[in-house]
Amino acid sequence: MIVIDTANHIAALAAKMARPKVAAAYPITPQTTIVERLAQYVEQADVDMEYIRVESEHSAMTACIGAAATGVRTFTATASHGLLLMHEMLHWAGLARLPIVMVNVNRAIGPGWNIWSDLNDAMSQRDTGWIQFYASSNQEVFDGVIQAYKIAEHHDVLLPAMVSYDGFILSHTSMPVDVPDQKEIDAFLPEFKPGWRIDVENPITHGNIVPPEPYMEIRYSMQRAMEKAKRVIEEVGKEYGERFGRYYGLVEEYRCDDADYVIVTMAALAAEAHFAVDRLRERGEKVGLVNLRTFRPFPYEKLNYDHMIVIDRDISPGLGGVLAHEMKALPGEVYGFVAGLGGVDVTYKDIERIYALAREGKQGWYPTEVK
Amino acid sequence: MKTAISLPTKGAMGKTGTWRVFRPTIDLEKCIKCWRCWIFCPDAAIARNEYPVIDYDYCKGCGICANECPVNAIEMGREEK
Repeated sequence: MIVIDTANHIAALAAKMARPKVAAAYPITPQTTIVERLAQYVEQADVDMEYIRVESEHSAMTACIGAAATGVRTFTATASHGLLLMHEMLHWAGLARLPIVMVNVNRAIGPGWNIWSDLNDAMSQRDTGWIQFYASSNQEVFDGVIQAYKIAEHHDVLLPAMVSYDGFILSHTSMPVDVPDQKEIDAFLPEFKPGWRIDVENPITHGNIVPPEPYMEIRYSMQRAMEKAKRVIEEVGKEYGERFGRYYGLVEEYRCDDADYVIVTMAALAAEAHFAVDRLRERGEKVGLVNLRTFRPFPYEKLNYDHMIVIDRDISPGLGGVLAHEMKALPGEVYGFVAGLGGVDVTYKDIERIYALAREGKQGWYPTEVK
Repeated sequence: MKTAISLPTKGAMGKTGTWRVFRPTIDLEKCIKCWRCWIFCPDAAIARNEYPVIDYDYCKGCGICANECPVNAIEMGREEK
């Protein structure tokens, strides 16, 4: 069935179809209409789900942790400052290996007060042990949420997963989305089997004191799980393609086969870059696009190109664009551009200009300070 | 998958009774056997017998039992050297 709706409503629909038993959320700005729609489903008795309206985003994540620890599937959604308030509990969910799925709408961090697209909120949660997906269209939002559950809950992984997409550009924009039947979703996504759970018949303590050596083993286990997640993401993306006709992997490669230069970016910027690549190709430029679907685990092995033009809609002050700097360790040449912060529009024409500047060996803040 | 899980084990942190500064003593004549001390003891160091029995090997002397006792049957006295 084709549904035309905003990414927020599509995310809520995907969450509903994944059948979480518990959703917890805080409903005030910068929260989006995702949880409003979820609450509506619960009100209409459309779902078998406990909806907990908590007093803060920190509590939203805590409630999800508690619910997931009893062995049930959980969901929450947030954005920008809400995600930042969760920070401590994001680490907790990761270290507790609870496969909570969360949707985050990428919105700028204040002050000044700005609710437009900016990836800094999610990018600054990169070390919390969450798998991070970025969507470029409402279809990718739907498919991403469904797959996120299967990937996060895989017993080689057991890590929480976050699906992010740009504020307004996707969140409040209606697009057609192909939505499979509930039966097909159920066949793809079986019931959640927890890695551990609180059970009064078999009492355990979780979060007890852990001396140095076992603590390091826990961290090592997380790192290994992230590495294994790369394989699982590819496998689940392939299975999804076989069932629903849309294939996914760690990255999306567009017209990269004979490319001398590739543009590397993610989220809505990647959607825009498709048009830029097509127009540049028409003019005979050998250019492709690598759309990073996953930021954690970071798909280093997919970034084997001689010249990579990286566009960051995020900034690590004192370092630069986060993506560009994470890629500096790769053998290829990296041209880093910071663009579009706080929702500044970056059109395909801007991306064509960025390409031309990179071809001159330049990089920097687009458009004001490129050297 | 590794995470911070432990199974219930008696004395996993050693005999924590040595941490005690104040020692709870139950006056059995006052005790009404309501078992609030037993429920509230965070270290499960109070057993249910005919009357509550404190396990001084593990009681840290936190005083929660004395605080919860509705008839003030538990007295906290300074631990002798």
